[in-house]
Amino acid sequence: MRKIHIVFQREFNAYFDTAVAYVYVSIFVALTNTFAFYIGNFFVRGQADLKVFFQYHPWIYIILIPAIAMRLWAEERKSGTIELLMTLPITTSHAVIGKFLAAWAFVGVALIVTFPMWLTVNYLGIPDNGVIFVSYIGSFLMAGAFLAIGSFVSALTKNQMIAFIVASLICFILVMSSYPLVLGFFRNWAPDFVVSALEAVSFLTHFQQITQGLITLPTLFFYTSLIVFFLFANTLVIEHNKAV
Amino acid sequence: MTELIKTYNITKKFGDMAAVKNISLSVRKGEVLGFLGPNGAGKSTTMKIITGFIKPDYGSVDICGVCMADNPLIAKSKIGYLPEGAPAYCDMTPRTLLHFIAEIRGFYNHTRDKKVAQAAQKTGLYGVLDQNIDTLSKGYKRRVGLAHAILHDPDILILDEPTDGLDPNQKYQVRKLISEMAPHKAIIVSTHILEEVEAVCSRAIIIDKGQIVADGTAESLMGRMPYHKSVALSVAQEDADKIKVALYNLVGVIDVEEISRHNGRVRLRVFPKSQISIVDEIAELVRNQSIAVDELFVERGKLDDVFRQVTSSDFLTNSSS
Repeated sequence: MRKIHIVFQREFNAYFDTAVAYVYVSIFVALTNTFAFYIGNFFVRGQADLKVFFQYHPWIYIILIPAIAMRLWAEERKSGTIELLMTLPITTSHAVIGKFLAAWAFVGVALIVTFPMWLTVNYLGIPDNGVIFVSYIGSFLMAGAFLAIGSFVSALTKNQMIAFIVASLICFILVMSSYPLVLGFFRNWAPDFVVSALEAVSFLTHFQQITQGLITLPTLFFYTSLIVFFLFANTLVIEHNKAV
Repeated sequence: MTELIKTYNITKKFGDMAAVKNISLSVRKGEVLGFLGPNGAGKSTTMKIITGFIKPDYGSVDICGVCMADNPLIAKSKIGYLPEGAPAYCDMTPRTLLHFIAEIRGFYNHTRDKKVAQAAQKTGLYGVLDQNIDTLSKGYKRRVGLAHAILHDPDILILDEPTDGLDPNQKYQVRKLISEMAPHKAIIVSTHILEEVEAVCSRAIIIDKGQIVADGTAESLMGRMPYHKSVALSVAQEDADKIKVALYNLVGVIDVEEISRHNGRVRLRVFPKSQISIVDEIAELVRNQSIAVDELFVERGKLDDVFRQVTSSDFLTNSSS
């Protein structure tokens, strides 16, 4: 545990050592708010809730989460620091989990910085703060699942750009997977069980439940199992091709 | 336990190409083993296997009697490793990087600061401890790598080209540091600089195409060259024949060879029987016969020549066919 914590600390501090953290958090806040106000018509709706704020998170995460995840391993492999890291007395899973948690915590910081939105609705009306709290948790969980996917993809390549594009694409498919556009594409050639599986793994379906204030066991299981699965795959990939 | 590093028939393939074939070696405490070999010979791969970064396809590695495959964390904790090119997290400063490494290695708070200070002092990093690694010169970056390798005072040091790209002063300092640590550790150093082998290594291994092609002290490797310990001398042309006959008749001389003849001077090379020293006898002979000699010296085998002899076979066969 202590070793995971040390890796976490280094990684987390690294975000704030450079301008990356400040630029990222600013963009994160700007994007989430822009979507809520201009596309979600936050004021026009005249309702004291943050539904329109959370509603666009999956779409924003398609771009913003892979942007954080892309460097996790691709950069280590490209610069050779992976050799430094993996010859220290830590296991691959220590490193994978520590790095993942640091990135996740960083996204958490970005989410927390959006709190003026929460204050605003409380100033304007009497929202259901329980729903908002649950939505924040849900958004954070979803970000974790995206991150685990992004971290896994980042381990597959030395090229951060490729890691970003591939991770974005996978996240896009997962968000869109309940939409006819994606389902229709697969329905033409893939067997039925693939199509129904895709429908079930839609991030959107799960997330929409959460924004209504409902965290169900299947949804929790869905996000955590995605995280566990992709971090496990991430570990295997690092073991296999760290030296290549 | 004096053999701190032991490898048993380690083999590693990348695709169809075997980068390392059946390498077995051992390094004792107090020994500095030099890894020599052309680029791509398998030096770095061998080091990566010993440090546990790569798993070998076959064979095993023992670190202080601990099997790397069975107990990687214990084995790795006994090794200090400077990877090729001394990679480091560029956004960090040497101090924060060394703190990180120290904590991973189990030193906290006061002990951590003490270990970092010692390593920084030994590698001369003090002036730049709080500067971004990105902004450091190549020499300082290499020292940061050395500092984290020696930070926990490991029993085993694996240094992949520690002096590559350094200026002569820095090279001297690094070699001095290695020599100072040598008595208490088992050290492997890979290098392209053959003089370095003579300067710091007590033993050297030449690796070519993934295999050990030569193993011995610098002296014994140089002894592979036929002219090692031969005596070269240069005399006037008119004395040449006389002294040749006299040299042939000396006990301990097996052959005399004429190397060159110009400007009225002849250069001779005298080969001893079984590389014993014959320079005294020759000097006495010259004095007794009162022959004017311009120069007289003992030739030493050059490691460069040994290196070429044992590693260039591929090149030679390719060019002749």
